[in-house]
Amino acid sequence: MKRLSRYRRHKAVGPALLIFALLAIGTTFSVASATTTTQTTKADRSALIEEGRQIFLKGCSSCHGLNSEGGVIAPSLVGVGAASVDFQVGTGRMPMADMSTQAMRKEPLYTPEETAALAAYVASLAPGPEIPTEAQLNYERDGSTAEGGELFRNNCAMCHNFAGQGGALTQGKYAPTLMGVEPKHIYEAMVTGPQAMPVFSDKTITPKEKMDIIKWIKHAESEPNLGGASLGRVGPVTEGLLAWTFGLGILIGVAVWLAMKAR
Amino acid sequence: MSNEIEAIKDPGLPAHVHRKADHDPVAARRAERQVAAMFMISALGTVLMIASFFIPDDVFVFIPVMGNQNAHQLGLGLGMGISLFFIGMGAIHWAKTLMPDQEVIAHRHEFRSPDSDRKEFVDTIKEGAAATGLGRRSLIKRTLGAAIGLSAVSPLLLFRDLGPLPGNDLKETSWKSGTYLVTDPGDRRIRASDLEVGAVAQVLPETADPEHRKLNDIAKDAVLLIRLRPDEFNLDAERLSWTHEGIIAFSKICSHMGCAVALYEQTTKHLLCPCHQSTFDVTRAAKVIFGPAARPLPQLNITVDAEGYLVARDPFYEPVGPSFWGRISS
Amino acid sequence: MTTEHRLGQVANYVDERTGAAAWMKKNLQKVFPDHWSFLLGEVALYSFIILLLSGTYLTFWFDPSAREVIYEGSYEPLEGVQMSAAYASTLHISFEVRGGLLMRQIHHWAALIFMAAIVAHLMRVFFTGAFRKPREANWIIGIGLLTLGIVEGFLGYSLPDDLLSGTGIRIAEAIIQAIPVVGSYLSYFAFGGAFPGEAFIPRIYIVHVLLLPGAFLALITVHLMMVWYQKHTQYPGPGRTEKNVVGYPLMPVYMAKAGGFFFIVFGVTAFIAAVASINPIWLYGPYTPGQISAGSQPDWYMGWLDGLVRMAPPIETYFFGYTVSWNILIPGLIVPGILFTGMALYPFIESWITGDKREHHLLDRPRNAPNRTALGAMSITFMIVALINGGNDLIATHFDLSINQIMWGTRFGIFILPPLAFIITKRLCLSLQRADRELVLHGRETGRLLRLPSGEFVEVHEPISPEKAYLLTSHEQAPALELSPEDSRGVRRAGAIRNKIRSRMSVAHAEAVPKVSTEDLKEIENH
Repeated sequence: MKRLSRYRRHKAVGPALLIFALLAIGTTFSVASATTTTQTTKADRSALIEEGRQIFLKGCSSCHGLNSEGGVIAPSLVGVGAASVDFQVGTGRMPMADMSTQAMRKEPLYTPEETAALAAYVASLAPGPEIPTEAQLNYERDGSTAEGGELFRNNCAMCHNFAGQGGALTQGKYAPTLMGVEPKHIYEAMVTGPQAMPVFSDKTITPKEKMDIIKWIKHAESEPNLGGASLGRVGPVTEGLLAWTFGLGILIGVAVWLAMKAR
Repeated sequence: MSNEIEAIKDPGLPAHVHRKADHDPVAARRAERQVAAMFMISALGTVLMIASFFIPDDVFVFIPVMGNQNAHQLGLGLGMGISLFFIGMGAIHWAKTLMPDQEVIAHRHEFRSPDSDRKEFVDTIKEGAAATGLGRRSLIKRTLGAAIGLSAVSPLLLFRDLGPLPGNDLKETSWKSGTYLVTDPGDRRIRASDLEVGAVAQVLPETADPEHRKLNDIAKDAVLLIRLRPDEFNLDAERLSWTHEGIIAFSKICSHMGCAVALYEQTTKHLLCPCHQSTFDVTRAAKVIFGPAARPLPQLNITVDAEGYLVARDPFYEPVGPSFWGRISS
Repeated sequence: MTTEHRLGQVANYVDERTGAAAWMKKNLQKVFPDHWSFLLGEVALYSFIILLLSGTYLTFWFDPSAREVIYEGSYEPLEGVQMSAAYASTLHISFEVRGGLLMRQIHHWAALIFMAAIVAHLMRVFFTGAFRKPREANWIIGIGLLTLGIVEGFLGYSLPDDLLSGTGIRIAEAIIQAIPVVGSYLSYFAFGGAFPGEAFIPRIYIVHVLLLPGAFLALITVHLMMVWYQKHTQYPGPGRTEKNVVGYPLMPVYMAKAGGFFFIVFGVTAFIAAVASINPIWLYGPYTPGQISAGSQPDWYMGWLDGLVRMAPPIETYFFGYTVSWNILIPGLIVPGILFTGMALYPFIESWITGDKREHHLLDRPRNAPNRTALGAMSITFMIVALINGGNDLIATHFDLSINQIMWGTRFGIFILPPLAFIITKRLCLSLQRADRELVLHGRETGRLLRLPSGEFVEVHEPISPEKAYLLTSHEQAPALELSPEDSRGVRRAGAIRNKIRSRMSVAHAEAVPKVSTEDLKEIENH
């Protein structure tokens, strides 16, 4: 007893206790909050939603309102679903950096965990489109490239161009390139209709058809250019430019050399 | 002005400057070797072309800047290009360095023929024309004119069967009262509840043989279905009655020059035709708000049947697609 | 037997049957002036030959039929897709015929270079005044070749029946249909019924491989024969007059250079076809009227037409139940018609303005014909503004602009920029004339400064060579026409308004900085 009380008054006790308490709380907290993607208990889910709400309040509420009710500069997020959030935040479009014509794809600000938390929070506000499951994204096995091409040309090429390179909309808006986009995000975009893009309901383009489209887009992305350098896959404009600059240019160069007197 | 003032005299062709190869045999040999080298490179190009022909077409090589290139295609083309190009370079270099480069002067002769020839020409024509007697024999002249004129025109009749007369074809589509709207592709009937607000669907009329739709029919039947919130419309009562719970249907064939207008902007509720950028306002029955189109897209009158599937209530009230002379008249 | 003996035997054989020795001898010695700008027409000619060769190759596999087939070839993303036999056979050429894709690409790149060369050649001929008497007819043939080239190219890339070119045909059909009174009849005759029908592809195939190439061969032959017979023009300079041709003989120099240049053009075309993809129809997909791609454009030589159609105001008039689509007719038929007719008639317009009825074999340096050069610059500006609008959606996506802004910009630009280009170019030409005059009078500025005993700094000028002085002063400066509205007795002439216009234009056309004469030079010497 006496030995214990002797050490209790050691000048190193204060800092040592503090460090011990911090370590204890920290480890307990991280162990307790470690989430696995499969079995999330109801308590975990509410923790996720709460985390999402905190992130939302800090990074999104200034435009989208404290209760996601929307405002002058940003729409309401009630009912947009987890898919919308996963798409917008996952592609870096949100938070929107430049309040110009439309949100631009860029490096995501939030980690995948934070994105999941945000998505859970927004999904908790009202029912909406959900993040696609693995079964819905198994396009390699279940999708058809040829059918996907047909669907793509019917529903997507008019905005995104025949090879998914993107295209112009009115007033400076644009349909972005589909190259280098995660399959999950392609699916979510079709389902949620971000900004100017319309919604492609699951009844008019079924989940299987959505997989076909994703498979075709991924094929177009990986298909090497079979005839030479692609010139952007945008058609005759770049071809004409090349014909005048390199084609005629080289030939005029040779013509000048031809007519020059030899030394 | 300057015709009266004395102009600066023509000093004549500048003195000929000899090339190295003209007086220096070493330079001449060098030029010869250069030409030979170019022809040799051409031969190598041909070898490359022949070799590349046999490369299987699933072999790819990585070229900086260009990415993965098909080896067969690239080798064939480069080989061909090199073999042709260097024949040309060799020939031109040969001409420039070794062939005579002394400028030669040739004379231009006046084109005008001597007066005597011209007179003889005119006389020949005159005598020949007089010999036909056409001047005196007006009966021959007139009937000749009629015969040739008629025989030249009549073969045009042979082209009558190039195509049928349009008749009412341009004014009719496959859409009739009660035609079901089906997805394109897929040919599935559509319920109103299948579409969310902000959704679009590509639509065709239901047909007995969906596997074998004719392009001629698609060119007039293609329809775009868009769902808005009912309060977003800015339509008169009649056009509003052609919609169903915020779902509105338009002909997809642009009223300007017939491209497919399927580019829908959900935020602005505008349709954009990518061909010439005509822009249509969906909330005002596809009224043209920008671009060269002069008429709105025809709206299809739709409703639902007892089971909730979307059907056309009536055919299109006006011809779809680009304008033509008799478009409005019956 | 020596080669010489052999050659002699062959020559004898031919000559005894045709009498060819005389004209062969004359023509093998024919003189051709040598300047790089004279090779632009050759690029076009050789591209035409390449088109004939590569095109013939393609016909051995292409199936010009709109018959619907199901694709069963090696390109997986189109497996099982319904398409026309024309499209399927083009896929077959691209993927299963070895060298097929290369030949398709050579054919299409050669077509683009062919048209570019024609335009460059046209500009050279225009700016140097080579279309003047006696070459007016050759100019008209040239404009004919340009027009036929545009049609031939359009039909050619429409043969594979892919989504992009099928859209182009849809637009062409709309132009035909818009013609008043007979439009829909002409369209149904051309397409064998409703659009797209099954007759159009086989019909344009025959036009593309037989009728138009035949027309080309005939016109190009006449075009070249006239150059041959009338002898090529030449740039002015020492030793060159209206009555001679200075250059190199056909054999061997010109043959080697021109023949070699053919291989150069073919080689460069093949090289570009090897490294740059063109018209990847497998990515476009087969044509169906219900589909469209963002950024749909015709090939560049029709881009200006597309641009004009895009910027047209949305005007249609209706009367007695009939529709006249001015928004299609004006940009699609009327303006191009006026432009091409004006181009074809230009030699006669210019000779009317100048009253010049003489032969011309010496070319003009463009600065010495400021009005003509400015007119050319004006036309080129018009075309470029239209061309830019034809690609406005691609420009918008790549440069972060709005198609609406670009459209409005070109709508105003097409009226404002060409006259601006005219004024600027004319002033530039006159400035260049002034600079030439200075050069002759005062010599070349050497950049060396000299300090005179009086303390003044002067720049040392080097007199130019007599050859250069001749070049800068040998051009003609014809005075403006004098057309009085009244004749010698004070009676007003018939066609007074016409004469007034003519004399005004003549005055504008004759505006020039007076060239240096020997008297001016003497003055300088005494100064």
